[in-house]
Amino acid sequence: MAATKTIEVALSTTGLTADGKPMRVPLGAEGLMSAPPGIEPELQGEHMLINIGPQHPATHGVLRLVLELDGETVVRCIPHVGYLHCGFEKIGEYRQYNQIIPWTDREDYLNSMGNNCAYVLGAERLFGIEITERCKVLRVIAMELSRIISHLVWLGTTCIDIGAFTPFLWSFQERENVYKLLEGWTGARLTTSGTRVGGMIADVPDGWVEGLRGFLDRFPKTLDQVDRMLTKNAIWVGRTVGLGVMSPEEALNYGLSGPMLRASGVAYDVRKDFPYLDYETYDFDVPVGTNGDVYDRFLVRQEELRQSVRILEQALKRLPDGPVNVDDPRIILPPKHKATSEMESMIHHFKLVMEGPRPPIGETYVPIESPKGEKGYYFVSDGTAKPVRWRIRPPSYVNLSAIPKMVEGHLLSDVIAINASIDIVMGEIDR
Amino acid sequence: MSEHLTQDHAAPAFAIVYPGQPGDAPATPKQVPHKGGAVNPSVAALRAKFGPVIGRHDVVWNETTVFVQRDKVAEVCAWLQSDPAQSYEYLSDVTAVEYRDAVRPIEVVWHLRSIKFRRFLRLKTELPKAGKTPLEVPSVWGVWKGADWLERECYDMFGIKFTGHPDLRRILMWEQYKEGFPLRKDFPMRGRFSRSEQLKNALSANPEARYSMEELSIADAFEDLPHDMRKRIGGGERTGE
Amino acid sequence: MGLIEAMRKGSGSDSKIVYDYDSSGEQPWVTTSLDFLVNWGRANSLWPMPFGTACCAIEFMASAASHYDLARFGMERMSFSPRQSDVLICAGRVPFKLAPVLRRIYQQMHQPKWVISMGACASSGGMFDSYAVVQGIDTIIPVDVYVPGCPPRPEGLIYGIMMLQKKIREERMERGELREELAPDPSSQLYIPPSRIDELSEPFGNSVHQTRSAP
Repeated sequence: MAATKTIEVALSTTGLTADGKPMRVPLGAEGLMSAPPGIEPELQGEHMLINIGPQHPATHGVLRLVLELDGETVVRCIPHVGYLHCGFEKIGEYRQYNQIIPWTDREDYLNSMGNNCAYVLGAERLFGIEITERCKVLRVIAMELSRIISHLVWLGTTCIDIGAFTPFLWSFQERENVYKLLEGWTGARLTTSGTRVGGMIADVPDGWVEGLRGFLDRFPKTLDQVDRMLTKNAIWVGRTVGLGVMSPEEALNYGLSGPMLRASGVAYDVRKDFPYLDYETYDFDVPVGTNGDVYDRFLVRQEELRQSVRILEQALKRLPDGPVNVDDPRIILPPKHKATSEMESMIHHFKLVMEGPRPPIGETYVPIESPKGEKGYYFVSDGTAKPVRWRIRPPSYVNLSAIPKMVEGHLLSDVIAINASIDIVMGEIDR
Repeated sequence: MSEHLTQDHAAPAFAIVYPGQPGDAPATPKQVPHKGGAVNPSVAALRAKFGPVIGRHDVVWNETTVFVQRDKVAEVCAWLQSDPAQSYEYLSDVTAVEYRDAVRPIEVVWHLRSIKFRRFLRLKTELPKAGKTPLEVPSVWGVWKGADWLERECYDMFGIKFTGHPDLRRILMWEQYKEGFPLRKDFPMRGRFSRSEQLKNALSANPEARYSMEELSIADAFEDLPHDMRKRIGGGERTGE
Repeated sequence: MGLIEAMRKGSGSDSKIVYDYDSSGEQPWVTTSLDFLVNWGRANSLWPMPFGTACCAIEFMASAASHYDLARFGMERMSFSPRQSDVLICAGRVPFKLAPVLRRIYQQMHQPKWVISMGACASSGGMFDSYAVVQGIDTIIPVDVYVPGCPPRPEGLIYGIMMLQKKIREERMERGELREELAPDPSSQLYIPPSRIDELSEPFGNSVHQTRSAP
């Protein structure tokens, strides 16, 4: 059922029309395109080639864009990727299932805990394991926390690209709070490797839940600050509204996913449509935009941050007691104190580490809703301890492939805003 | 303080849509069987429509895989996308699998998704490694634009040609990467060349000559280039990309 | 230090290298005082050129943000143009496709310039012992400080920066070879001889056993 809310956006500053649209001065696009051919014919049709990247502060990594410009208007954009190609999928074919987990951190490094969980979800399907109830809730917490820190990096870097520095400081301050929680749980700030096939690296330590509660109390205040600063800010609105518009049909056809797709008006969220980890039992909304422009993507991500807080609160309420790891000696290592004191446990430990658990022959593709979109891990097993094929379905790779379509006809300075709105992570794109 | 800073936080101006109907709410799959789950109903529809083009199908971990004849993939995909009873409007992934087996054919895999009916279908086609069949499949770029980079990556990593793709170039490796196709099983993990040779090849690329010919020609800039660069690029040397 | 020495030897440079400043000898008062002044200025206003590629770049951003605040070291001015920067902070893995870019950026920087290799991947290839990744950026450009970690914590990076500052403070202008640009061997484009690169990037430790596919 579609519950539609319409809110009157009262814009306080000048530079905007009554209906909230920014008043745009036709500098490049309309002005040059419609200039009569008789005037200064030598200026007509002379196109310029501009290269952005691979080392450029606004490309969020090592993306390279070659732009063909007519004056200041982009006529064509040719993106080049691959400057961070490290061969993840090849390395994965040489590693056991548990050994691959550290690579999943480093591929979409803004969402490492979410990738860990996504990876083991796929591997557990391949092994045919049902994880424990406590583990499910802990993984939901891990995934939503990493969605928050990923969106915060997006917010900070996008604000810098568009010219606001303060939200960057706010969002990184909040990231430090999440880092403290993740570090207390897994021992690492960024590259967590927090999951294992069949469970987690560890249960959360004492006092951790209270720490998360404290974060959830404070965090919405930062969101309100960001909201007050940006949502109705004339500069922000003027630099984002009407840019990079994708219609719902185009967005689906180009394979966009995540906030990019939802900003265009398609309510496709893997958590709702193909749920995992009992997401269907959590009460949360899927924000959907209407215009499919950069501003809507901002609104969608901002609302997703609030919804993540809602999910986290519910998860904390229902967090059950019980074991975290499944009770399956074929998968799970014996406890350390036993492995160092009992012969049988030591042999068990040795066999599991050296030979690795073996899944049955088969293949599976398990998608999750990562902060960037539909992220899936596709496994093909031939019954040995190492996968035949480990494929990452990278959402921001597919999202980025639509950038030539999105920047066409916009000004050069808008390319930066549009590129920022895709929320690319080169580690995931190039793998 | 300006006025907008003092306003209360108001909900953003967009619709909040709850996808799906309450009655048919999807749920997390539990106790997924290894073999023998429910078959995706699209398989029967495909067989009725295309007959012998559709090969065997199997269900592993509740996911249906259908094998399709190699040269008919694009037709099958176009029908699956446009038919209102199938409505596979979303292409998740295009990739390939090579097994650790000298004879077993390479498989090209398409992951299709119907958001409308909440279905997932895996299409596969087999490309024998030895023999006369070329490593070629029809491109589905005409059906889903999202296939563009996915197919280019598949070509880059496996050397599978997608006929009908508008711009089939290497995408992750650079264009004159000499060592082969990295995800093939006969490709060693550390590459075919020694590290110093790899580094030498990489560093000999001149970063200034990294524009491709089409980029230079669209800019009409070729004539303005310095003589030596024009000679180098015009002679077919393309460093970088 | 050994690597820079090897680079210099491999490049066929005749310049004599004195690594330890001989503090026992008599030093001219004017130059030492001037050195102190110049080094004080250089060490406390390093303008970084962040060459961030992967995960380490996020930790670099965390170091630059309010909690760790690189501005305390005179580094608040991120210089994204190599021409106006003093220290290249290479944060993240460097694949072969990026190697000529990194080399070009280093060459575009003006003397005096320093390089910090942040993280395991930039320093040694790290866990990416694959066909695509340069096994340590010191095979492409000279490195002054290696910061270990995957990724290093901001404290680690700050410690590396302080080590670099210490190194800068000990520089002497009479040792001109410190600021000497090395030209790579034109036939191979490499600073150090190919045999040495192969030796440096051999798999080590567990990595040797992990280049095998399924058992």
